[in-house]
Amino acid sequence: MITAFIQSSIPLGVPLLFGSVGEIVTEKSGHLNLGIPGIMYAGGIGGVIGAFLYEQACGNQLANMNPFLAVIIPLLVSILFSVLMGLLYSFLTVTLRANQNVTGLAITTFGIGLGNFFGGSLVKLTNSELPSVILTKTSGFFRASLPFADDLGWFGRIFLSHDFLTYVSILIAIVVSLILNRTRIGLNLRSVGESPATADAAGINVTRYKYMATCLGSAIAGLGGLQYVMAYANGVWSNDAFGDRGWMAIALVIFAIWKPLLAIAGSFLFGALCNINNYLPGLGIETKELFKMLPYIVTVVVLIITSMRKKREYQPPQSLGLAYFREER
Amino acid sequence: MSTVPAIELQNITKTFGSVVANKSVSLTVNRGEILSILGENGSGKTTLMNMISGIYFPDEGQIFIDGEEAVIASPKDAFDYKIGMIHQHFKLVDVFTATENIVLGLQEEGRYNLKVAQKKVQDICERYGFDVDPKKKIYTMSVSEKQTVEIVKVLYRGADILILDEPTAVLTPQETQKLFAVLRRMRDDGKAIIIITHKLHEVLSLSDKVAVLRKGEYVGTVNTAETNESELTEMMVGKKISLNIERSEPKNVTPRLEVHHIDCTNREGVLVLDDVSFTANAGEILGIAGIAGSGQRELLEAIAGLQKLDSGAVLYNNPQTGNMDNLCSKTPLQIRELGVRLSFVPEDRLGMGLVGNMDIIDNMMLRSYTKGKGMFLERKAPKDLAEHIIEDLEVVTPSATTPVRRLSGGNVQKVLVGREIAASPTVLMAAYPVRGLDINSSYTIYNLLNDQKERGVAVIFVGEDLDVLLELCDRILVIGSGRVTGVVDARTATKEEIGLLMTKTEGDAQHG
Repeated sequence: MITAFIQSSIPLGVPLLFGSVGEIVTEKSGHLNLGIPGIMYAGGIGGVIGAFLYEQACGNQLANMNPFLAVIIPLLVSILFSVLMGLLYSFLTVTLRANQNVTGLAITTFGIGLGNFFGGSLVKLTNSELPSVILTKTSGFFRASLPFADDLGWFGRIFLSHDFLTYVSILIAIVVSLILNRTRIGLNLRSVGESPATADAAGINVTRYKYMATCLGSAIAGLGGLQYVMAYANGVWSNDAFGDRGWMAIALVIFAIWKPLLAIAGSFLFGALCNINNYLPGLGIETKELFKMLPYIVTVVVLIITSMRKKREYQPPQSLGLAYFREER
Repeated sequence: MSTVPAIELQNITKTFGSVVANKSVSLTVNRGEILSILGENGSGKTTLMNMISGIYFPDEGQIFIDGEEAVIASPKDAFDYKIGMIHQHFKLVDVFTATENIVLGLQEEGRYNLKVAQKKVQDICERYGFDVDPKKKIYTMSVSEKQTVEIVKVLYRGADILILDEPTAVLTPQETQKLFAVLRRMRDDGKAIIIITHKLHEVLSLSDKVAVLRKGEYVGTVNTAETNESELTEMMVGKKISLNIERSEPKNVTPRLEVHHIDCTNREGVLVLDDVSFTANAGEILGIAGIAGSGQRELLEAIAGLQKLDSGAVLYNNPQTGNMDNLCSKTPLQIRELGVRLSFVPEDRLGMGLVGNMDIIDNMMLRSYTKGKGMFLERKAPKDLAEHIIEDLEVVTPSATTPVRRLSGGNVQKVLVGREIAASPTVLMAAYPVRGLDINSSYTIYNLLNDQKERGVAVIFVGEDLDVLLELCDRILVIGSGRVTGVVDARTATKEEIGLLMTKTEGDAQHG
């Protein structure tokens, strides 16, 4: 029972982890990207389009699909979509110095619209009865797990039975943490987010760092959308099914006090909170709905607690949300 | 010494919108030479230096380094030419350690290794006699420690052309002497040094040549050995002015503000004021001396009702009712409603005193918006006041409707001090009101403070230049690490005496 609960909670946390690590990278450059929900959505639909095109190309011989191509094509299309979204956000906020919050919200609206447009179009193309795009075959490749995982009892099921993107998400979080804290690039990036004028005076190309961080962050976040549709949802894309995971990912950044390693713990905790209503015995439909509120309640509580933290290291990057213009007086 | 100048500027021009910051400026500095740049506020000294360090790009003109034309399009280009600038507003990341700030942006050979960098930082500190903990976070440092980090940062990069923008504004006399010794040693090492300062005696004691700017234009360069204070002032201002503070004997001295045993803890949980007691008298200027960050700010904020106290009382002797009012339990607005008028010039003039994006008139209205009848704001009086201040204090601005953010530091300060004095206060507190101001405007402000004193205002003046404190004030309260370490009579005390009092409790504070 507990094993099953944990095992089924982990995939729920993965999109949140991708989303929050992506947002951490972006925020470290001083950009509050509220476009993350839209970017994750776009990353998801990108994966669906890639998989759809490859499945179509294989026609009736789905059995002959090359596992490598079946994974890499959706992956690359997904990254392409989310990077383009990130590029648009960077162009507006870095180069044109538009207001970050407004731009971010516009990107979210745009990303969701984009996803629903392509989602709807694909449903139409397949002449499906259901309002969904179904890519079970591709999903199968994404969901492939270690064959011996189930033989290792609870340990295997909790730690080894997941799709490869789950491990990728944890790996990315660890690598991002190392880059931020142990490398010159990380030091430079953090200084850009804290004080762009200082970074600029130190000879760091502030604009390049902001673009790179935002686009990289978007690519990471977009993988969350891909993992959701391909692994968690078994390759079934339905418009608006992704829900508000993107917003939770942004809230998680604050929960994790801008530390990717804490984001790992936070994401799986939130995944478990989303899942707990399915595992508590004796819940009626109405009480289940109450338990579904848990992640949001925790988010509110966390926001209250974190805003009371006083230590300087726990504060957001100092120039988060502010545009930088060198000759500003 | 080679005959080719280390750096040469020819006909540099820079404009910001309609404001001409530099107009056809030419300068040369040789290796092994210290050049001082003098000029009033808004005369474009900092702008000029920012063009050498790559922050701004000149609209016209050329820069030559070692005789060859150089294009300095970014700070990185400046490093490549071995130019290092120590800015007036420190360019440091608060949450980083000293070492992290020093290595920031560097492309050193080999792996990124903070331990190696720390060692190198320590070596530089030992060589020049600096006292910096490489692992200390910037936000826990005092202003003078931060400046040391800035200087070490430039040295770490192996700069040969050093630019210092008002480096002594925040230092104690002892620290200033130490800094000058370092600068002289670097000069003897063959480095070219450019220093911006307003203190004439520093210009005379330190530099080899002095270049003077006036309203963005280059007036001329003179050899320090062949000039004197009054000649320099005349070049700078364009007319002869007298540099005397006329200190009158205090009249009708009565206690106005009594501070009793106040304790105060800041947000980080550090005790910043420890059992502070003193009396400020009407008709007297009380100076407050101390190393930057010793609790001056909190003390003034406590009196103005902006800082919560742990214990103690601030009693105000109300001249209208004759009552003693306790200011501690009141909000800043209540303090004003009671007829208790405190005019407060905060240290951070743009952050707390003025709104950068608003123009001068609107900033005047921040104090008067509750006045006037009906639902509309009264605009006439603030407009008159703004024009009055611009004229009386010679504020350099295109018009009264220019956002204050666009004015130079000194002009911003004049607007703020002018507004506070116009409120005809009974207690006037001024923290570093002349920070970054040139001589002419500094003396304007000193005279304004003296004027207020003669009108029976209790003036509290937090200053950094001990010469000025001794000349201007009647009594000087010295604080060290949040504690009162002494009260001296400004007419008889010496600079050394105050310097010793300022550092008196430093040793205890480091243990606690």
